[in-house]
Amino acid sequence: MGKLNDLTLAEARDGLAAGDFSAAELTEDCITAMEAARNLNAFITETPEIARKRAATSDARRARGEALGALDGIPIAVKDLFCTTGTLTSAASHILDGFTPTYESTVSQNLINAGAVMLGKTNLDEFAMGSANITSYYGNVKNPWVGPNGEDLVPGGSSGGSVTAVAANICPGSIGTDTGGSIRQPASLCGVVGMKPTYGRCSRWGTVAFASSLDQAGPFARTVRDNALMLEGMAGHDPKDSTSAPIDVPNFEAAIGGDLKGLTVGIPEEYTLDGMPEEIQALWDQGAAWMREVGAEIKPVSLPHTKYALPAYYIVAPAEASSNLARYDGVRYGLRVEGATLDEMYENTRGSGFGAEVRRRVMIGTYVLSAGYYDAYYVKAQQVRTIILNEFNTVFEDVDVLLTPTAPNAAFPIGAKMDDPVAMYLNDVFTVPANMAGLPGISVPAGLDKSGLPLGLQVVAKPFDEETMFRAADALERAANFTAKPRYLGGQ
Amino acid sequence: MSLDRDDVRKIAFLARIKIEDAELEPLADELNSIIGWVEQLGEVNTDGVQPMTSVAEMLTPQRPDQVTDGNVTQKVLANAPDRVKDFYAVPKVLD
Repeated sequence: MGKLNDLTLAEARDGLAAGDFSAAELTEDCITAMEAARNLNAFITETPEIARKRAATSDARRARGEALGALDGIPIAVKDLFCTTGTLTSAASHILDGFTPTYESTVSQNLINAGAVMLGKTNLDEFAMGSANITSYYGNVKNPWVGPNGEDLVPGGSSGGSVTAVAANICPGSIGTDTGGSIRQPASLCGVVGMKPTYGRCSRWGTVAFASSLDQAGPFARTVRDNALMLEGMAGHDPKDSTSAPIDVPNFEAAIGGDLKGLTVGIPEEYTLDGMPEEIQALWDQGAAWMREVGAEIKPVSLPHTKYALPAYYIVAPAEASSNLARYDGVRYGLRVEGATLDEMYENTRGSGFGAEVRRRVMIGTYVLSAGYYDAYYVKAQQVRTIILNEFNTVFEDVDVLLTPTAPNAAFPIGAKMDDPVAMYLNDVFTVPANMAGLPGISVPAGLDKSGLPLGLQVVAKPFDEETMFRAADALERAANFTAKPRYLGGQ
Repeated sequence: MSLDRDDVRKIAFLARIKIEDAELEPLADELNSIIGWVEQLGEVNTDGVQPMTSVAEMLTPQRPDQVTDGNVTQKVLANAPDRVKDFYAVPKVLD
């Protein structure tokens, strides 16, 4: 047997249940892997003492015959955007220096209640604003995959540390957040499975807010089955979040394993972009063919306003961010930079506490919400959002799921796409529409580009129909049979 | 619509973010490139379309008006950069 950190979540669950190894042994291998991978910079804070304690608690529980569900004793990594009692929560920002919450986010508490073992808090783009994990105050994260000439690549973003923890076999599962693609795009760039649930499926309480009408927590894992197990542990109604949906959490794992007979898969024609690499188009066609082979009916569909989702997002998300980030004033927690007056203290604190990308977005948001521009920008964007949602609703009268590429490119070198903010924003062109409409979406590794880098395909489903999404993703995963490994794990 | 140095200075003040004079020009260029790009929304006919207020088709939930939390002064103040007794301390606001 290899190291226990190489196991999938389902394999680890079965091994724990069979008594092949303890949660303490599994956790120790994951801690060793975490420490060995420090050059990837995936973690902002390692919490091995918390992990060992929770693993021991899990083993004791199992010994008493009171083992919980699939996640009991499973080591996971937590994006440093979820508040964790007694552990630094930074949002990868200088402005939250030293912030140690006295409360736990609902999603991470649900995982504690399910018996999961937190290994540490992972790196991310500052306040989750970015598509390459290059805006963190704590430095860039390296993709475990490398470029054709051995160059370092970005892992995608914003959940760059959480995706890397799973892609480098540090742990079998991790959690991130997805406001415009921050789980699905990095999953595609690192060759793992990442999903964003329906808006309202996971509570947002205790998660550092970026854009409240778009933010959703979701899991990373190396298989669709593991991803389903993670979501089941995270989701559920929470009275502390008024947008949390008061509906039961299904057994997501039970949805997978079958064929796709009776399922209709829509192929939206507007997801073909000028200049998109040929292998992405070819992989997308191949994905549709794989799904047809296992019984799905493939149907071309049209979502005419797709191209307007991204510009509308870059009004709505900065507007909400400028409001949410107004709370960082240097008074109650985090960084304070003194000034002669209270206004100067605010300006100095926020001027030095926020990085360049956060400053840009807060200022765009401030501008589009300011007197005289509100109707021209913000109201217009929210009208476009209504049109986008209506188009999805119409298409979902005819199809069960949609199949699209996840991202318009594979992982790129650290330092690329830096000259023009808009070039970076285009990384989320295929993922943003699901956020704008609140829909669940999942990225499944499906193939390699001509440089040998992973590419994902995305399945988008109807609201609160993650079961059908997982069913389709699982069939796609089996057909794609993606077994390539990153250089970090001895592949490439 | 194109932003100049003075516009950027005004927006920065509204956002309470200190921007050095030397940064105003490059920041104006960056913001103009983003705003110029989002202005393609002008091509979309939105006559009579309701602006979205929520993606979820659900009513605002109601709950009993009961106190379920509180008396956690020390927890609330635990991260304060500066405090005096049970209060946050800030620079003098009034003369």
